Formats: sequence, C-alpha cells, structure tokens
Amino acid sequence: MTDFPQGVDEHDFFTALRTQMLKFARLQLGDGCQAEDVVQEALEGAMKNAPSFHGKAAWRSWVFAILRHKIADALRYRYHAPVSLQDEGEEDFDALFDETGHWPAGERPVRWQQPDHAMEQAQFWRIFELCLSHLPQQPARAFMMREFIGLETPEICLALDISVSNLNVMLWRARMRLRECLSQRWFASGREQDA
Amino acid sequence: MLNCIHATRLMSQAQDGPLALAERLALRWHLLKCQGCRHFRQQLADLRTVSRAFTQRDADRPQDK
Repeated sequence: MTDFPQGVDEHDFFTALRTQMLKFARLQLGDGCQAEDVVQEALEGAMKNAPSFHGKAAWRSWVFAILRHKIADALRYRYHAPVSLQDEGEEDFDALFDETGHWPAGERPVRWQQPDHAMEQAQFWRIFELCLSHLPQQPARAFMMREFIGLETPEICLALDISVSNLNVMLWRARMRLRECLSQRWFASGREQDA
Repeated sequence: MLNCIHATRLMSQAQDGPLALAERLALRWHLLKCQGCRHFRQQLADLRTVSRAFTQRDADRPQDK
C-alpha cells in the first residue's frame, strides 16, 4: 500500500477497480465465489510486489495483467477433467448454409460497418457481453482463453484436456455464433446490400 | 473442392496457427471466388480486435461503472 501512487482517492479508486475486476472475472469464470477469490489474490499480489508505478493507469493495467494470470490458473485447474463435446450438436449451423455447404444468397456475410465506431459505444459492449453470455459454456471458455487471456493452442488443449482438433471445432463454433449474434444485433444495417 | 462450411473452419483455424500448405492453397482458391467468405475472414479479424479491446476496456477505463 505504501507504494501506491500519491494524490489518489484510494477508497474510490479501489471500489471502482474492484467492481471492474469482479465483472471481468465473473464473465470468464462464470462463478461469483471463484471470481471474488481471484480478484482478492490479484489485488493482494499487486500490493505486495508493487514497484513504483507512475499513475493509476499503469497500476491498473498491471493489476489486470495479474488478474488475467489468476483467471488462467483457475481455468486450468478447473478443466483438469475431460471436456464433453457431446452436448454440442453441429446441426444448428446447417441452417446457416445451403445443402451444398455454401452461404445461401442473401445470407452471405457482409462487411461489418465501422467496428471502430462501434467500440466507442457503451451499447455495443452490452451487446457483445450479451452475445458472449449466449455461447455454450465450453466454447465460451475456449474462446476467452484464446482471445481474452491470449493463451496458445497447446496451453488451452492442456488446460481443457482436449485434442487440437476438438479445440479447433470449439473455437470455430464460438466464432460462428459470436459473429452471427453481433451481425444480427449490431451490424444488421448492412445486411440488405449483399442480397 | 472447398465449400463455405469447410472454408470457415479453415479460416478460424488460421487464427490460431499455420495451416498446411494444401489447406492454404485450397482456401486461397476458395476466397478468390467467394466474397461471402472474404467478408467472413474480415469479421474474424474484427472479432479479434473487438475481443482485445474488450479486455483492455476493463483495464483502462476507471469511470466506467
């Protein structure tokens, strides 16, 4: 605590930071208690070993970096048991393609208009979280390990105890669903152009 | 000949590691002809950008509730 940057309202800062961290951890762990634990550990770890950081932003980034590692550890530990792929049918994707496996006319993906602009809007992030929460659990975990925490294929396979081809299928499913959800709920306005 | 389902799988896989030469060539040929899949590939790239921004967003914005 003594290393904490000066001139900061510590109470407000920590309250806000803790809330953000909890939200982030809950989303990835899907478990409130475990989220509380990793946030607590990350904060304690950050306090204990903090070198001098100049300003809140640097400190916050560092705490979040620690939190990501804690979450990765928690996911690794949790997915010691084999993952079942059975609950994930593929039939739901058939509807996206025609009988020859091609995009049906009028359903072909179109370019997402102004993703940069979308990312500046709070409403977009609410939709993103909504889409994320609609993913089946296993593909969601795999996707978050890959894209949020930045783990590589071998690490995720080890953590989830699955083969590379199983992981590829999971990530494909997660991406298919997410792009479909975001296309419909946010980027839908461009859809007619491609008909 | 690659269909779009297979092409989307390969494009997803290419986000996580290199494809085999034959897969790369088949995909390239497919993308030459298929605008829908070219858009899909761009959407995958956007999805990655958005995901990274999402984690950074939590880290960088104190005012957000």
